[in-house]
Amino acid sequence: MPTPNSLKRNIPSHPPTGIASRKGLAPSKIVVTGDKGVKVSRSVTVQKPARPLYAFWRNLENLPQVIKHPVTITVRSPIESHWSVSAPGDRSVEWDALIINDEPDRLIAWRSREASEIANAGTVRFEPAPGDEGTEVTVTLEYNPPGGKAGAALAKLSGEEAGQQVGEMLRRFKALMEAGEIPTTEGQSVGAPQRKNQQ
Amino acid sequence: MKAVCWMGKKQMEVQTVDDPRILNPRDCIVRITSTAICGSDLHLYDGYIPTMMKGDILGHEFMGEVVEIGSAVKKIKVGDRVVVPFTISCGGCHHCSRQEWSCCDNTNPNGALVEALYGYGGAALYGYSHMMGGYAGGQAQYARVPFADVGPIKIEIDIPDEKVLFLSDVFPTGYMAAENCNIERGRSTVAVWGCGPVGQFAIRSAFLLGAAKVIAIDNEPERLHMAEEAGAIGLNDEDDDMLDRLKTLTGGRGPDAAIDAVGMEAHGSTYDNVKQTLKLENDRPFALRQAMRAVRKGGTLSVPGVYSGFVDKIPFGAAFSKGVTMKMGQTHTQRYLRPLLDMIEAGQIDPSFVVTHRVPLTRAPEAYATFAEKKDGCIKVVLDPSC
Ligand SMILES: NC(=O)c1ccc[n+]([C@@H]2O[C@H](COP(=O)([O-])OP(=O)(O)OC[C@H]3O[C@@H](n4cnc5c(N)ncnc54)[C@H](O)[C@@H]3O)[C@@H](O)[C@H]2O)c1
Ligand SMILES: [Zn+2]
Ligand SMILES: [Zn+2]
Repeated sequence: MPTPNSLKRNIPSHPPTGIASRKGLAPSKIVVTGDKGVKVSRSVTVQKPARPLYAFWRNLENLPQVIKHPVTITVRSPIESHWSVSAPGDRSVEWDALIINDEPDRLIAWRSREASEIANAGTVRFEPAPGDEGTEVTVTLEYNPPGGKAGAALAKLSGEEAGQQVGEMLRRFKALMEAGEIPTTEGQSVGAPQRKNQQ
Repeated sequence: MKAVCWMGKKQMEVQTVDDPRILNPRDCIVRITSTAICGSDLHLYDGYIPTMMKGDILGHEFMGEVVEIGSAVKKIKVGDRVVVPFTISCGGCHHCSRQEWSCCDNTNPNGALVEALYGYGGAALYGYSHMMGGYAGGQAQYARVPFADVGPIKIEIDIPDEKVLFLSDVFPTGYMAAENCNIERGRSTVAVWGCGPVGQFAIRSAFLLGAAKVIAIDNEPERLHMAEEAGAIGLNDEDDDMLDRLKTLTGGRGPDAAIDAVGMEAHGSTYDNVKQTLKLENDRPFALRQAMRAVRKGGTLSVPGVYSGFVDKIPFGAAFSKGVTMKMGQTHTQRYLRPLLDMIEAGQIDPSFVVTHRVPLTRAPEAYATFAEKKDGCIKVVLDPSC
């Protein structure tokens, strides 16, 4: 794990909030600069203790398994990662992200580096569900819909659609954790005319 | 392989399609030896279930031999003879762990679609629209079966397919409908609307659970006759004084429980026919309305019949003021496989009584028409995929 010093070196203008303090409560809000931010929040209950759920999430390179949209995530250091999301027209939208808060088995928070094409930030929280019913996992995502080309490419991802994408991600995450696989029908037998389209 | 495909309203077609393959580690592939047409398939045939696509493979009542297993399958082996429940369940979620198998959280790849309509989505079903998961069904020579260790039950004794095939759906469905009636042994009277296969199994299950009297309601003479053979009292739903007759048969109290084994395509109401045709109403709930009014005070209404959306003119006040308990839903099929197989093996019931038609899979399109129009005394069709 990085020391507070190395963190400071990595993020000169944004000191980490709480990454060194395992006890302190995480900030409940992550703010994306600007006032056009889109904010979505979705929850799911998973019949597993927080530990394996947090562990899956903390290894960011696992996430493309549960994100339906094609995305590549490259981990560059314990707190830095590079995200590349495919966009229409053979394009991709990319940004660097930093983990700004990390409380094992409880919470992970991240935000994009300054000057990212699409400024974004988020948290995932793991809280025990009442009555030994597993863990409530809540994802909150905030971002500024960008202008220009990236904006056009990502226009689809605003408002309700973003909520649907986060909802879908949680649904797939839950299935993978509880059932060991994500349900699919892709590649199954099918009659014409769908069969033609499949070939 | 050959498979029965949905090509539009009243258009079923047998096509040659690719054989199924393992897509997920917990899948298995079953070579199908027997498969049936269900009353639920008629809702697809008649075009009342949304999100069907041309080319979808139908069928959810099937059994056969396991010919391939995925890397994570542990209990089921190649060569096992299995009956496959129509509800696809994961075994690991909250609902599966409470035996609420049809409410499984994790098997529908299109869960978001159902959520938008119903608030929450349940288990995926074979061959039953994209909203319900879009899985290819079992009116075919082979089928891909997800969660092979959770659903299929092994048949280890030497017994003909027809005696165990209906564990896949209609026997458990009729049984759960009766179980939902809170039957008191030797005391309860149960009235059953609809004497199709689900009604037939509900009637027999009600007796197995100790009902003192069962009243069977339909207008098809062969179906009423089959119900009477089980010991039920038959009533024609076209009788104008049906509710009065029910009262007379129950000493004026009304039946303790009412089962709606008809569902969304009840006959008897022009109002609903018109509204459903104009798509102003998803379902024709004529039997449901009658059952709600007929059931006694403090009684139970059990609804195995399928409803898909909005229904009109439901006498909710009748249910409310009588303090009626309502139970319904897709069957938690997996819950009943073992106990009902034990009953079959013990000779307490032989489910093959319901079969009236046996035809090759290749003749499925005509068989659908015969079953839908109740021609030729048709009550249950079993398709043979080997020819
Ligand atoms: N809950 C479940 O999991 C589940 C499983 C299987 C089937 N089902 C549903 O159960 C219902 C019955 O299935 P089935 O295979 O027996 O179908 P079916 O079509 O063979 O039987 C329906 C019967 O209802 C009769 N009927 C129609 N209108 C009536 C009325 N007004 N009063 C009395 N009877 C009337 C018909 O004449 C017919 O005999 C269907 O809706 C089916 O979708 C539900
Ligand atoms: Zn069925
Ligand atoms: Zn489940």
